Amino acid sequence: MAVQDIKFYQTGTFTVGNRLLGEHERSVQSDMRRTNSLNSGHRACQGCGEALGARYAIDAAMHATNDRVMAVNATGCLEVFSTPYPETSWQIPWIHSLFGNAAAVASGVAAAMRAKGRKDVRVIAQGGDGGTTDIGFGCLSGMFERNDDVLYICYDNEAYMNTGVQRSSATPPAARTATTMAVGDEPGNTFGTGKNVPVIAMAHYIPFVATASVANLRDLEDKVTRAMAIEGSRYIHIHVPCPLGWGSAPADTIKVARMAVESGLFPLFEAEQGEITARYKLRRRVPVEEYLKLQRRYAHLFGKNPDTETIARIQAIADKNIRMFGLE
Amino acid sequence: MLKQIEGSQAIAEAVALCRPQVICAYPITPQTHIVEGLGEMVKSGELEGCEFINVESEFAALSVAIGSSAAGVRSYTATASQGILYMAEAVYNASGLGLPIVMTIGNRAIGAPINIWNDHSDSMALRDAGWIQLYAETNQEAADLHIQAFRLAEELSVPVMVCVDGFILTHAYERVDIPTQADVDAYLPPFEPVQVLDVAQPVSMGAMVGPEAFFEVRYLQHHKQERALERIPALAKEFKERFGRDSGGLVRSYRCEDAETIVVALGSVNGTLKEAVDEMRERGEKVGSVAIVSFRPFPLDAVRDVLKGAKRVVVLEKCLAVGVGGIVSDDVRKALSGIALAGHTVIAGLGGRAITRTSLVEMLERATKDELKLLEFLDLRWDVIDRELAREKSARRAGPTAENILRDVGPVAARIG
Amino acid sequence: MFQVRIHGRGGQGVVSAAEMLSVAAFDEGRFAQAFPSFGSERMGAPVMAFCRIDTREIRLREPVMRPDALIVQDATLLHQVDIFSGLAPDGYILINSTRSFEELGLGELRARYPHDHLCCVPATEIAMEHVGRPLPNAALLGGFAAITGQLQFESVAGAIRAKFPGKVGEGNARAARAAFEAVLKSIAQEAHA
Repeated sequence: MAVQDIKFYQTGTFTVGNRLLGEHERSVQSDMRRTNSLNSGHRACQGCGEALGARYAIDAAMHATNDRVMAVNATGCLEVFSTPYPETSWQIPWIHSLFGNAAAVASGVAAAMRAKGRKDVRVIAQGGDGGTTDIGFGCLSGMFERNDDVLYICYDNEAYMNTGVQRSSATPPAARTATTMAVGDEPGNTFGTGKNVPVIAMAHYIPFVATASVANLRDLEDKVTRAMAIEGSRYIHIHVPCPLGWGSAPADTIKVARMAVESGLFPLFEAEQGEITARYKLRRRVPVEEYLKLQRRYAHLFGKNPDTETIARIQAIADKNIRMFGLE
Repeated sequence: MLKQIEGSQAIAEAVALCRPQVICAYPITPQTHIVEGLGEMVKSGELEGCEFINVESEFAALSVAIGSSAAGVRSYTATASQGILYMAEAVYNASGLGLPIVMTIGNRAIGAPINIWNDHSDSMALRDAGWIQLYAETNQEAADLHIQAFRLAEELSVPVMVCVDGFILTHAYERVDIPTQADVDAYLPPFEPVQVLDVAQPVSMGAMVGPEAFFEVRYLQHHKQERALERIPALAKEFKERFGRDSGGLVRSYRCEDAETIVVALGSVNGTLKEAVDEMRERGEKVGSVAIVSFRPFPLDAVRDVLKGAKRVVVLEKCLAVGVGGIVSDDVRKALSGIALAGHTVIAGLGGRAITRTSLVEMLERATKDELKLLEFLDLRWDVIDRELAREKSARRAGPTAENILRDVGPVAARIG
Repeated sequence: MFQVRIHGRGGQGVVSAAEMLSVAAFDEGRFAQAFPSFGSERMGAPVMAFCRIDTREIRLREPVMRPDALIVQDATLLHQVDIFSGLAPDGYILINSTRSFEELGLGELRARYPHDHLCCVPATEIAMEHVGRPLPNAALLGGFAAITGQLQFESVAGAIRAKFPGKVGEGNARAARAAFEAVLKSIAQEAHA
């Protein structure tokens, strides 16, 4: 995990930040020479967690590779809002694959670079949770199994947002989506479904797997930077709130992401060759309500008659994560 | 150099001579020997500078080729039957993006019922996806067409499917002249992409295109295939000059000059058809045949030219448009627009049923006497059909059709034809 | 055109036999086409392979319905499969067996064909002796050369060596030679009978 020693130059405040660090310790985004790989002018929603995450991730990758990154993008929000014909906000070589094959197309691009003897050029595949955990799952596993030299980044906003907030296998229990209504026996998405793709990635024993969140952008940059120094298949799963789909305030995106982390619902960890090598220990643990109440997709659990039973079940998931991943 | 080799091996050697840099392979009968042959050549070093990738599905196979082609390297894959359907989305993607991938189709029937034998239903299912489609008559032509395909694909920036009858060609040992590397290099220069992912000159590829531009993009694909109508014969002519034989082109006619009855067909059946034509000619009948080599783009003018003088045209098809009849027939009919002659469709060979010279001669006899129906099914067993229909009438739960018929037909291994 | 049909079971090298015949013919400057009856290739199932040989390009693409010669690699097929279907009236039959036509229950059939066109040869035993494995296909090709005279023995031997590397090829070529001589001897006896 990214941890840095800093010196306080201003007394009486808790102000810390890039300007107090040595240049080499500052974030990529604070650097004037950052590539702005995902340039301004794209059509993402106000407060979009994915746009934030992608900008940090790709710029970090460019910084780590001397500006030699090619990106393959699955169909989804990122692909759609970043390339509104006839414009593109990408400053790097970029190809939109199809919905389910970003990992395979990226494997092809990486093979082409090997064939051309261009070891300096690196390949990133990116997709949302739909394109990664569902329809892209087969190609993803194939890429991992072959250990193709690709960094796959999944931007997880926990539903098919681009097409109108439909449920994916990354949708958490009790969340309301257009296809998991907030009524009936188990209001919202069903408990006992879903899959943990970072852990599945680990099961392929690939060189590097990490989860990250837009709540900790320095950590995200650091993980991408270290991933680019590794050869072979790497997977980074980034939690990115979607104000529209989650029903949260656009200004709250980073706060919502932080609540997910500090409640234990989204554990931050790293793994190499199938074994966990680092985890973020919760600094200020919060009960899951702090996270859930910020989002209208969970509104049906609150109100005059709060659904305390469901909230307790969600808390149990958080408790289990904390135990399983050693977050306390 | 003349060799007596398996069709798949001939194709593998021809593809290797084209210096592909990425080959992705997912196994499916009957193309497996092709990619295995190529894999061996990469391993032995005979094929240098090539990345050979074992992928996890056909969808992945073409996706990998899309990635590598977009990144500027010559890319190749092969599939058949269910595989081409599994990669269908990527097939349209490749042609829409204008990537010059060459893909072998080892023509095989599509299930259900599952069947590993030859017919044209697979390549026909994707005939309108924007790929150029070339059909080989012999293993020599199969090898040669791959060389012409890479040249054609890269010139026009269009992907090309080379269709080779599964088992009948892929698994047959016959004499093939394998060209030299020098000759292939002279015919096929290094790949110069029209568009490429390049860190020195970044571009975005694969944007969403709305009503304001989609129509023009799609039309330009059509336009490219129309240009191919000129390029295909030109490249075949150049091929003949360098390699010394006729291979490829748009159509190839046999004894059609004064023919009153002409049979049109795609692929290897043209060999047997020529034998049947010769036999009819010996009986004094004016019969000829035409092999359509380029099915997409469909050579309307060339087909019209060769058929216009005939009294009757029989289109012999290894595919069936369920619910209406012929597929190739439709395009032939388009070519004959305004010309009055008797046109017939004969569906044959589905699921690998052998098309014999005897049956073709019988069919031609009836054709010359104008006894053919508009739509015929060659060597279909009507007794089996009738029995199954009777079964269906007798009980609601008559059972699965395929299994019923198999039980009716009895053990196959004991029979020859 | 000379057409051959080879019958056997999956795993006995029936397909390789047809391929080697075609290579032998090619080496003699002729055109040849070899292909299997395409079925699921599981061990033990009846399979067939075909080979056509001609002095000009072979355009026909159908199973061999009217063979000029039959090679039967597995005698257990004799009464199970319609092996003799379409055989030319002066066709050749070569059967892998230690028994004679009569002992195999084919006495009636034998009467209908020229006696020096028919032969049983113990190819499996010959293969065991020279190769150490019960794969009769190469040996039978030697027998084929002898009984039909369609191919020079050396062409057959060359095709065998090209297919099987090193000692295995040599062993198979020796087996073919043994079968070749056994068949020649047998039909010479027939001619004098």
